[in-house]
Amino acid sequence: MATKSTAAERPRAAAEPGRLALVCGLAWLVPGAGHLFLGRRQKGIVFLLALPLMFLIGLWLQGRLFPLEIADPLVFLGAIANRGVGLPFFVAKMMDAGAGTVTAVSYEYGNTFLMTAGLLNFLVIIDAFDIAMGRK
Amino acid sequence: MTSHFWLMVLFAFFVSLVFAVLLKDNPREQMKTGAMMLGGFVVAAYVLGWLMFPFPL
Repeated sequence: MATKSTAAERPRAAAEPGRLALVCGLAWLVPGAGHLFLGRRQKGIVFLLALPLMFLIGLWLQGRLFPLEIADPLVFLGAIANRGVGLPFFVAKMMDAGAGTVTAVSYEYGNTFLMTAGLLNFLVIIDAFDIAMGRK
Repeated sequence: MTSHFWLMVLFAFFVSLVFAVLLKDNPREQMKTGAMMLGGFVVAAYVLGWLMFPFPL
């Protein structure tokens, strides 16, 4: 009787720590770059377009890029989520974007778009890690 | 753009897109999963919005 192969039995294409770190670093810095590096072109292009666009919409809606303030746990968690998107965050910071307009009607939507873009990129990084490990 | 409904639809679109592409490998399956998620998010938000309507802030 044929049995289904388990994750442990499948070949591990890139289980070397250095390569894994490179894939995860790339995936964090440029959304979708990890997938593109691993040859998953269609997925990589979708992430490369969707996540920075989502981040840009968040800025356009006058959302705020939160500072890393450990004294305020909710702001700190928001700051971690903001940084999840990688390079677009640093470019926005360099351009002094993301100050946030609290009185704007779209402020909370802007924050939601900005933070969710980063959080979704964390999931994309984990997916790239799984692919690099040969689990997918 | 200040329509909360359309901003919610836009947000649901992006989240559905990323989840569908993460979960499925086949483009046809991605479309189907994404469309179902988008519909589910929008309908759920609409129903929850109406359920919360009688409650004061």
